[in-house]
Amino acid sequence: MTYIPHSPKERDAMLATIGVKNLEDLFKDIPAKHRFPDLDLPPALTEMEAAAELAGYADANETTQSFVSFLGAGAYNHYIPAAIDHILRRGEFYTAYTPYQPEISQGTLQAIFEYQSMMTLLTGMEVSNASHYDGATAVAEAANMAYAQFRGKRTRMVISPTVNPQYRETLRTYTQGMGLTLAGDDTRANLDGGPETIEKLIDENTALVIVQYPDYFGRIYDYTRLADAVHAAGALFCVTANPTALAILKTPGEMGADIVVGEGQPLGIPLSFGGPYLGFFTTQKKYIHKMAGRLVGETVDNRGQRAFVLTLTAREQHIKRERATSNICSNQGLLALASAVYLSLLGQTGFRQVAELCYHKAHYAAEQISKLKGYHLCFDTPFFHEFSVCCPKPVAEINAHLLEHGILGGYDLGQDYPALKDHMLIAVTEMNTREEIDLLVEILEEVSHD
Amino acid sequence: MNIPANLKYSKTDEWFDPTTGAMGLTDYAQEQLSDIVFVEILLSVGETVKDGQPAASVESVKAAAETYTAVSGKVSEINEALADSPEILNSDPFGAGWMVKIEGGDASGLMDADKYEKYCAERSH
Amino acid sequence: MIENTVPMEKPKVVEPTLFELSSPGRSGVTFPQPDVPVASLPKSLLRKELPLPELAEVDVIRHYMHLSKFNYSVDGGFYPLGSCTMKYNPKINEDIARLPGFAFTHPLQPIESVQGNMALLYTMQEWLKEISGFKAVTLQPSAGAQGELTGVLIMRAYHQSRGDTKRIKMLIPDSAHGTNPASSGMIGLQIVQIPSDKHGNVDLAALKAECDDTVVGLMLTNPNTLGLFDEHLEEVVKTIHACGGLVYGDGANLNALLGVLRPGDAGIDLMHFNLHKTFSTPHGGGGPGSGPVGVTASLADFLPAPIVDIVDEGDDDIPPLYGFINPPKTIGRVKSFHGHFGVILRAFTYIAMHGPEGLRQISEYAVLNANYLLARLRSTYNVPYDRICMHEFVAEGMVEGSDVRALDIAKRLMDYDFHPPTNYFPMIVHEALMIEPTETENKDTLDAFAEALIKIAAEAKTNPELLHEAPHKTPFGRMDEVKAARELVLCCWLPEDYASS
Repeated sequence: MTYIPHSPKERDAMLATIGVKNLEDLFKDIPAKHRFPDLDLPPALTEMEAAAELAGYADANETTQSFVSFLGAGAYNHYIPAAIDHILRRGEFYTAYTPYQPEISQGTLQAIFEYQSMMTLLTGMEVSNASHYDGATAVAEAANMAYAQFRGKRTRMVISPTVNPQYRETLRTYTQGMGLTLAGDDTRANLDGGPETIEKLIDENTALVIVQYPDYFGRIYDYTRLADAVHAAGALFCVTANPTALAILKTPGEMGADIVVGEGQPLGIPLSFGGPYLGFFTTQKKYIHKMAGRLVGETVDNRGQRAFVLTLTAREQHIKRERATSNICSNQGLLALASAVYLSLLGQTGFRQVAELCYHKAHYAAEQISKLKGYHLCFDTPFFHEFSVCCPKPVAEINAHLLEHGILGGYDLGQDYPALKDHMLIAVTEMNTREEIDLLVEILEEVSHD
Repeated sequence: MNIPANLKYSKTDEWFDPTTGAMGLTDYAQEQLSDIVFVEILLSVGETVKDGQPAASVESVKAAAETYTAVSGKVSEINEALADSPEILNSDPFGAGWMVKIEGGDASGLMDADKYEKYCAERSH
Repeated sequence: MIENTVPMEKPKVVEPTLFELSSPGRSGVTFPQPDVPVASLPKSLLRKELPLPELAEVDVIRHYMHLSKFNYSVDGGFYPLGSCTMKYNPKINEDIARLPGFAFTHPLQPIESVQGNMALLYTMQEWLKEISGFKAVTLQPSAGAQGELTGVLIMRAYHQSRGDTKRIKMLIPDSAHGTNPASSGMIGLQIVQIPSDKHGNVDLAALKAECDDTVVGLMLTNPNTLGLFDEHLEEVVKTIHACGGLVYGDGANLNALLGVLRPGDAGIDLMHFNLHKTFSTPHGGGGPGSGPVGVTASLADFLPAPIVDIVDEGDDDIPPLYGFINPPKTIGRVKSFHGHFGVILRAFTYIAMHGPEGLRQISEYAVLNANYLLARLRSTYNVPYDRICMHEFVAEGMVEGSDVRALDIAKRLMDYDFHPPTNYFPMIVHEALMIEPTETENKDTLDAFAEALIKIAAEAKTNPELLHEAPHKTPFGRMDEVKAARELVLCCWLPEDYASS
């Protein structure tokens, strides 16, 4: 079926107004030999058939609902309050375009303004843009911004090997035409040296230093000293942070970060097999003109009412074209809305509660697992809700066994870090009950005996 | 529109003062751009420049433009006040809105006020 | 700064912000008490305060309900934004994307546990290949602009893999979207602008003059942003290929070509799709989009990693096993995980429900609607490149004998309860009004819109002030954009001592 509303009579009347006989006459500019190809696609389904067909695909998956999940590594299984989707489902929000006409887009504009406000609070920064595609591209946009800030005169960027491997890979992709040197992007490097190992990589040609907080292995470091070293070299300091952790942890802003970015998925956004998610991007006011992405500011309308508009738009590609910091056009509008609703529903009490539950449960799990023969925690640094465990067997083998018991095990770190063969990255959130954690421990023990 | 007779003008709408070495955006240019909200001077003091190279990046509420060096020479001074108050470019383009001073510039390739006035008129119909 | 001597009147607050609505101690959601022993928190690493707003669920719902009423939307009315393809967003798509079997899958699950997702992604790749005439597709790019970046990186990698390293020029027509030069600029290419000829096509002579062995390629939007199909497409493609360049297709306007022309058949080398335009996924107030990229066989090895493929054929009893593979010369990954899966699901459902005939009808009726509006409006508004258009057309927003501008006409349309067309783009048309009705609007809506525009043209002559001051009937009037940019208030005002209260 289609969503075309024309009756045959209306169609014919319209063709007559245009002055052509039939629909084909409208396509004479199309090269004749290629015009109207036969497409080899399945025949059209009715809505009823499509619903059944798609349910079939969905039913062929196991999920974090049907299974107990300890999988994180960049995407986290958190509780999503029911009210969020009721707001997202309002057609006024999800079927609107980018708010280029502020007189009839104040809903979207004020919602983004509030989102920006909450993100700056969370990260301890002064300004936030209206969002990027995801955490990985937000890191890449930080690199674009630093490159623009130094007008291409500083050509070295340092990224810790303990930044999410997919973020590092995305950064490599984005920067491949920019003539940059990426230092630190080495998974064979010492992973246990902390911020000091990064400090050694900074020089006078360094534009940007990027670290993760908590890092990819869940570890929490205070980056204050590193930030000082970065600034002493005249470079910018970027922290990619987990927003749930920021509910209780010292803000990167307090540590001296110039740019704080991250993956906003934990803030009320479904796992949805990896997307769409939310890249948040915050910085200090003095860098705002080099920041990419949309930005909402407060103003008044000609009736004396407080209102909001997209502002400083001349920075963006549709005006500045090839001289813009980035080519980004869209933002993750609906996902930014979801995260703002999430944060406003939880408030400071609820949000702290989630973070603390994650922390306590992860520490319980870590303690229980570390008591098992053959398993031990890889690092003794403080961690948030994720930790790496050295296992007695290959992680794939253990995970296959866990899957049989209805458990999605942790991420196999050996895929990205050769030195971490047989290491599993386990994430625990407020969604995991003590019984589930105990079951995980029990099966892990069982596997080690097999 | 103001076109001071003592200044010289480039085709990309910069003015140059042969006596002081100052250069900036013309009144015509600031009017086209409308409300300017950001200026970034792309040159540093002591730098040797060639005419026609990017000197500043200017953004207004609606548009973005690049300003080019009007002459070749050595940059002797930069107007630091513009960074905090870019609106000066709108209010006083030929005075407080000067952008950089260039020493040793040869203005012979530039237009005089009469010629520039005609040049502007040609473009604004 | 100029001092304000007259105190400004405090603006009227129509809807308070979340922060202004907040009252310490309220909460919208609570969570269970810990069922495990409480671990000690690392004191030196804790934040001091977290002054997030505090509200009950009902406060939050009402706040956003109020805000939603200030938005114009496709569900609420006609949205003829040129180049944006604001078609109706079918409701079934929303339900499909929220099926727990999809929404609760983690992107790093073992592939054996997500074969439903994998089969769907594989099928989507196959369908997009068939629709576009390309030989391989990546679903990873997040939006059209990221699809472009992916595309220009592929073009660069292709030339470099052949040792052809002196290619640095990207040719871009003057009617192109800003993302085209921005994407090329991001990877350090030089942009060469190609003018349009008087029929709205790429100026062939100018194109040929720029073609040499330093050309990476041409970024071509076709139909272009004037809504016109380039009459010399074959020659344009031939010209670029003759100098060793590649032709990138900007798929923003694919809604004119479904079942009409496969860009791959016409010699285009690679192209991005905008699932949020052509395939009905909602724009979400600015995103998320989704920008898959299709390429010819010779570019397939450069696609971003990973893509979905059959890793085990299976047999009569065992279904095929789908997995991720990395193309051998991949440019790398352009984002985390596997693309905007939730958006892809909606587009997949849409394609499944249309089938081959339905897809062709989409484009036929999109083009019918645009030409109908053009026919009704051309005697009132000048259309500088006036010929049979594709899915959109560009008129001049000016009325003889009046000083009104495109902006005034656009704002006045809001008083007639229509969303204005795109204005001041493309830049090659003076006072441009770019109108794209899409196929999902009926004749009554189009007639009402045409009549509103005709009436506005009359108002422009008799009462231009009405237009200069428009809109009048909307909840908000024209904005002080200079104040917004000069004063830069980008966060909510926080009450003093908020954190400690």
